[in-house]
Amino acid sequence: MSLTLANLSVTRQNGRETLRGVSLTVTPGEFIGLIGPNGAGKTTLLRATQGLLPATGTSSLAALTPTQRARAAAFLPQSREIAWDLTVETLVTLGRTPHAPSEADATAVTKAIAQMALTPHAQRRATRLSGGEQARALIARALAQETPLLLADEPIAGLDPAAQIATMQLFAQLAHEGRAVLASLHDLSLAARHCTRLVVLHEGRIAADGPPEQVLTPQLLSEVFHITGSFVFTDHGALFTPTGLT
Amino acid sequence: MTPTRLYTALGALTVALFLASLTTGPASLPIPEALSALVTQSDGPATMVMREIRLPRALLAALIGASLGLSGAAMQGYLRNPLAEPGLIGVSATAALGAVIAIQTGLAAAYAFALPAAALSGAAIATLALLALAGPRGTALTLILAGVAFSALAAALTSLVLNLSPSPYAAAEIVFWMMGSVADRSMTHVALAAPFILAGMALILPLGRGLDALTLGEDAAASMGTRLHRMRLALVLGVAASVGAGTAVAGAIGFVGLVVPHLLRPLTGHRPSTLLIASALGGAALLLAADTATRLVFPERDLKLGVVTALIGAPFFFHLVWRLRGRL
Repeated sequence: MSLTLANLSVTRQNGRETLRGVSLTVTPGEFIGLIGPNGAGKTTLLRATQGLLPATGTSSLAALTPTQRARAAAFLPQSREIAWDLTVETLVTLGRTPHAPSEADATAVTKAIAQMALTPHAQRRATRLSGGEQARALIARALAQETPLLLADEPIAGLDPAAQIATMQLFAQLAHEGRAVLASLHDLSLAARHCTRLVVLHEGRIAADGPPEQVLTPQLLSEVFHITGSFVFTDHGALFTPTGLT
Repeated sequence: MTPTRLYTALGALTVALFLASLTTGPASLPIPEALSALVTQSDGPATMVMREIRLPRALLAALIGASLGLSGAAMQGYLRNPLAEPGLIGVSATAALGAVIAIQTGLAAAYAFALPAAALSGAAIATLALLALAGPRGTALTLILAGVAFSALAAALTSLVLNLSPSPYAAAEIVFWMMGSVADRSMTHVALAAPFILAGMALILPLGRGLDALTLGEDAAASMGTRLHRMRLALVLGVAASVGAGTAVAGAIGFVGLVVPHLLRPLTGHRPSTLLIASALGGAALLLAADTATRLVFPERDLKLGVVTALIGAPFFFHLVWRLRGRL
């Protein structure tokens, strides 16, 4: 299942256009890094894609009924809310909400908990975990939804380096298995290293779209991010490093 | 504890307290005689006491307790805030205002349904305005402030109605009525309130799955297929119908919706959906127990049920404030 956005625009109540005519197609097998400075419209794009915001233009996802949509795409919001003292296992089970109860539920939950390395914490209260562990539990919830598409808003913010790399590798693996991931990211090095494609948002518009090496040009880095940076070609492949401010 | 075992235990407790309520009262009836008078047809005084005094009283206590417990659990789940409670945040007070206006204007005497309708409208207006003011993202502080404002406004307007009341006796009667009680109610009261209470509860009970999903916030819940607008509407109508109808026949009975979910939450694994049914059963049990207690503690004085629940509930509120303070 692929996701198609055509000319998606969002205008806030105060008249500010936070998303301007974004057209994008996400196909199975892609791990897309959605990058851009603060306020570029990354969160707005992820929310409007699902119809969580009033928007003009079309999104193939927003056109579905809520239940169909919930089975097509899982969403990991940026705000990490856990209102009640649920156990990690119960919290991850919430990801099964859109599905009719079945034996697949327990399997999906156990697998998602293991994928985020939370098996030893499964019976702990999610609110008592550290911030990073809570973030991982919430990612596990989205994984347990077992959707062809995963939308994640800054999934690796606040994670330790090992968890950041593990999560990026997991998302790449999901894409490799034929699913699709669209994740907003701030770490350009990790994005360049693990994503199959980068989409750069700048002031609500797509400024660049393509493989990391073609997108992260000195000109784009300077215009959009106000930084310099370069690719270093090593035995581990091409690594991107930001080097300074412009 | 599994949900089924918890429901069974609470259900058994409710049934036991219901029987206790039926067999407690100033007319000294031995328990077997009391229960047989309830089920056998006769014109004796025992049958009259059981069917026309004790049965409506126990039924109303169970129904109103269940609706208050359920409403409290549902509002707390929706607002993700353990302080939400129909009595505390002004829903009961505005329902009482609606009822007082209906009584004072004579509407209640003219049309039997004017009383629940007026109380229900008051409750609906308050619930809608509260959700709009405090909002699902509102903090505990916003909600309590909005609730205090509503309670104060409703109390002021109720005082105004009483103030302008032509007869001091009517005013005194209303003051007593507002303290909240299920004593001396007839089956007519039950027939008047039960349909609204049951309909309101039927609207709230299916919301469990959505309330569970809301644990992770609105966006996450929506992305998991929860229709938030529909849920909000069902919640508002459900709380207004059940609390409004209960207040119309029994006055304002506070704190049940605060105490019951608070006590039962740890037993439900903090899961909002499990808490809904548990709180309905627990609310019925608490109100039956409190109402029976009013007859046992001061048998010769007419102790009001609302006074007892407030005496039980207020310390819980202190406890909650203390805990929240520790977390900030």
